Amino acid sequence: MKFGVVTFPGSNCDYDAFTAVRDIVRQPVEFLWHGDADLKGCDLIILPGGFAYGDYLRAGAIARFSPVMKSVIDFANSGGLVWGICNGFQVLLEAGLLPGAMLKNRSLQFSCRQVYLRTENTTAPYTRHLEPGTILEIPIAHSEGNYYAPVKILDELEASGRVAFRYCSADGQLGDQFNPNGSARHIAGILNENGNVLGMMPHPERAVETILGSADGCRLFDSVVKSITAGSAKSISDQARVA
Amino acid sequence: MPVREQTVTPELVAEHGLGEQEHAKIKEILGREMTFTELGIFSVMWSEHCSYKNSILMLKTLPRSGPALLVEAGEENAGVVDIGDGRAVVFKIESHNHPSAVEPYQGAATGVGGILRDIFTMGARPIAALNSLRFGNPEDPKVRYLLDGVVRGIGDYGNSFGVPTVGGEVYFEDAYTHNCLVNAMAVGIVRTDRIARAVASVVDSPVYVVGSRTGRDGIHGATFASEELTEKSEARRPAVQIGDPFTEKLLLEATLEMIKDDLIVGIQDMGAAGITCSCSETAFSGGQGIEIDIAHVPVREEGMIPYETLLSESQERMLVIVKIGKEDEVKALFEKWGLQAAKIGKVVSGGRFKVYENGELKSDIPAESLALGGGTPVYKREEKRPARLDDTQNFDFSTIPVPDDPLEILSTLIATPNIASKQWVYRQYDGMVRTNTAINSGSDAAVVRIRKTKTALAMCTDGNGRYCWLNPRRGAQIAVAEAARNLACTWARPLAVTNCLNFGNPYKPEMYFMFAECVRGMGEACRKFDTPVTGGNVSFYNEDPDRAVYPTPTIGMVGMIDDVKYITTQWFKNEGDAIVLLGTNRNDLGGSEYLKTIHGKITGDAPYLNLDEAKRLGELIVAAIKAGLVHSAHDVSDGGLAVCLAECCITNPYDLFGCTIDLKSDIRADSLWFGEAQSRVVLSVEPKKLERLQKLADKYKIEFAKIGEVTRGQFELAGVGTLDPAALQTAYYSTLPELMSRIG
Repeated sequence: MKFGVVTFPGSNCDYDAFTAVRDIVRQPVEFLWHGDADLKGCDLIILPGGFAYGDYLRAGAIARFSPVMKSVIDFANSGGLVWGICNGFQVLLEAGLLPGAMLKNRSLQFSCRQVYLRTENTTAPYTRHLEPGTILEIPIAHSEGNYYAPVKILDELEASGRVAFRYCSADGQLGDQFNPNGSARHIAGILNENGNVLGMMPHPERAVETILGSADGCRLFDSVVKSITAGSAKSISDQARVA
Repeated sequence: MPVREQTVTPELVAEHGLGEQEHAKIKEILGREMTFTELGIFSVMWSEHCSYKNSILMLKTLPRSGPALLVEAGEENAGVVDIGDGRAVVFKIESHNHPSAVEPYQGAATGVGGILRDIFTMGARPIAALNSLRFGNPEDPKVRYLLDGVVRGIGDYGNSFGVPTVGGEVYFEDAYTHNCLVNAMAVGIVRTDRIARAVASVVDSPVYVVGSRTGRDGIHGATFASEELTEKSEARRPAVQIGDPFTEKLLLEATLEMIKDDLIVGIQDMGAAGITCSCSETAFSGGQGIEIDIAHVPVREEGMIPYETLLSESQERMLVIVKIGKEDEVKALFEKWGLQAAKIGKVVSGGRFKVYENGELKSDIPAESLALGGGTPVYKREEKRPARLDDTQNFDFSTIPVPDDPLEILSTLIATPNIASKQWVYRQYDGMVRTNTAINSGSDAAVVRIRKTKTALAMCTDGNGRYCWLNPRRGAQIAVAEAARNLACTWARPLAVTNCLNFGNPYKPEMYFMFAECVRGMGEACRKFDTPVTGGNVSFYNEDPDRAVYPTPTIGMVGMIDDVKYITTQWFKNEGDAIVLLGTNRNDLGGSEYLKTIHGKITGDAPYLNLDEAKRLGELIVAAIKAGLVHSAHDVSDGGLAVCLAECCITNPYDLFGCTIDLKSDIRADSLWFGEAQSRVVLSVEPKKLERLQKLADKYKIEFAKIGEVTRGQFELAGVGTLDPAALQTAYYSTLPELMSRIG
């Protein structure tokens, strides 16, 4: 399974996603330059964290017009796997691949910390191999992660099982005190209708080794690789924990 | 506001901050009067900020060499220390105090930007950022405005650039009310075969300015930083630069590619005094001259005169001396990253820095006369020991009543802004980007692992204005010793030091005494720890009409961790572990947070420190961790032993502990619990390993005491009483958020 990691000029988690895939997930991976429309035959495209074009205007607002995004949008619409993390999620919203928008965090501050996520969807490739309600410890680092959508859309997302993750306590409780940014219905990540496009604010690529504080992010990489390569991969998270 | 060409008069020279003797010397160097352009150049290059004219003699007394040093202090933009595996660590700390005092957000942001450029201009990729901040009393809304702006500025710049901000310190003292201190440190890693140098050494090499366009921002920033702050300083707001971290990120990538592809002779970032400083210093270092035509510099604004372009401190720019024949490759590379790259001149023989404007000569100065280490002025200033030191150092502590309830005092101290958690601050910094952070802010020192090796670097910043004000020499020694102790607690051995010296007006003999004493103390301690001083920065004139800041030398220390499996954190981990105190308790309340908070006094002598003992303690901790005897190690510092124990109980991110402490002592109860005598560390240890640890402590001649046990219950001092650790934890973490959410 071949991963592609898009590099916008202001991406700064592109290298982190790249090394997570190469060194921990141990799958082929390539960088995809923002000015280049060629997706190089990748099976899954990661839109990484960072500040794509500086984001002085609005996070992700310019990135959607880049040559690579035209290809990514076509790829997603034809069922290709696209995984937007943090700034990548913001880009997916701006590009219309996922519904809703990001507001400033409730605190009006950038916030970097470990948070807990409750896995809500277990049908998409990213989460198919997790038990419903699995709690993951994965960090956030953003100032605009306060997910907003009209009630109708939120209801639709919930009804169709497209809420991928919610912020929660260490034992899975929901509540404002466990929601780090004020997002609607504690949403941390959502899927498109077909489950091939995932946007999430937390950074699974930062949670792939115990020395970094958590290896729970491996569970998602593990799931998506298993889903695509149908059982050929060993448990990545076990490997990482040992490493 | 545009500057107009003016006739050079003695009055104008004086307005530019050059003294009469300096003016005379310049005339002697040139053999004539300066042009207006040249006046601008001399005024910045001979300013305190660029020339170090009042500090360089003292700085030269610091230990600056060691076997692992690849580049010594002052030779390049930052020090370079070999860490094996063909890699070196590059690191430096710098102040941005004056700009932050008048425009906190941009002042702090560009402080971070400037220090990052110092690192990547050497070919190193920044792997971590730290800082050291000082403000006035946070009860003052203006102080909270400054803190908020500074933290946002640091966060927004580093977060966007993509460097993890992993550590730092924040202190609040009245002495910093009008002169906040913002010291920014950056650490990078470079392959030893790719270290770039700031030299213009090959004649005819083309000289480029790359990165952002040049505007009118920051003109005379260096001169601004070389005078006291007054009410008029508000008018200096235009001298504060504006940061653009996105462009800096592009400049980083382009710069590292250019160095990797071997396209350059030399490179220097543009910080203070912009084009002027980078041209004259690279020319001097390369033993050549540089000729530029200022009309070729890409500008943001119409009608800028050479004086303005030369003195602009617009951010995110570099001066690049390109290898002959590599110009097209450089241009293509910068185009790829969407950045400017403009040829402005070439390297010439003869050692002169010449500036033309459309072919007309505007300035012609020997580069040597402008460069630090060349012909810039050097002064030795008068020192006078302040008489107040006799009073404070002989303070009679028997006049301080011993309080009845140490636990009540602990509850107060844990919630003072100086001791309470700085989580409100560091959560605004991305401390994890680049996925190498093994210990983020919130433990004694930060640890960043080095990919593809077993090793990691530990790093911290430490300073103590109060101690230095009470005893500048020992205060500076303590800053070094505390940094070394913080590193040891993570299992690092100290490698080297960078320093930022924040003082008042050096022309005042008492201030100069404190400066000189601090440098002497720092040198003594650095020699003891074998940590050469690889570079840094001096910031004088942190002073307003009311008062000067405390003498505040900030130490940035980097240490080596040879195997990541030994990395240790400060918090307790297991119920039932024994609690061990290494080091000696002393009757020592001078300069303590306790004395300030409870008794309203900042007096006494700086706390006890014995450098030999400090060094042995560090070696003992490292040996004990390696022997597998230690579950946690936490340095005893602000707030003393009681605060240290409380922090061990409440700072574990996943758990909360209590403890039972049984400690008998002859010294005053308040000294025992809250005194800040140095060279003490609290460990948690599996009980069956106590004997081995004690033997090891004996070997290193460090006092060992088992003082208690980690529990799931209360925070208990035997014979005194108990506190609920959850209440301590709440107080510790909620103090700053509550303060900062206050309106008005």
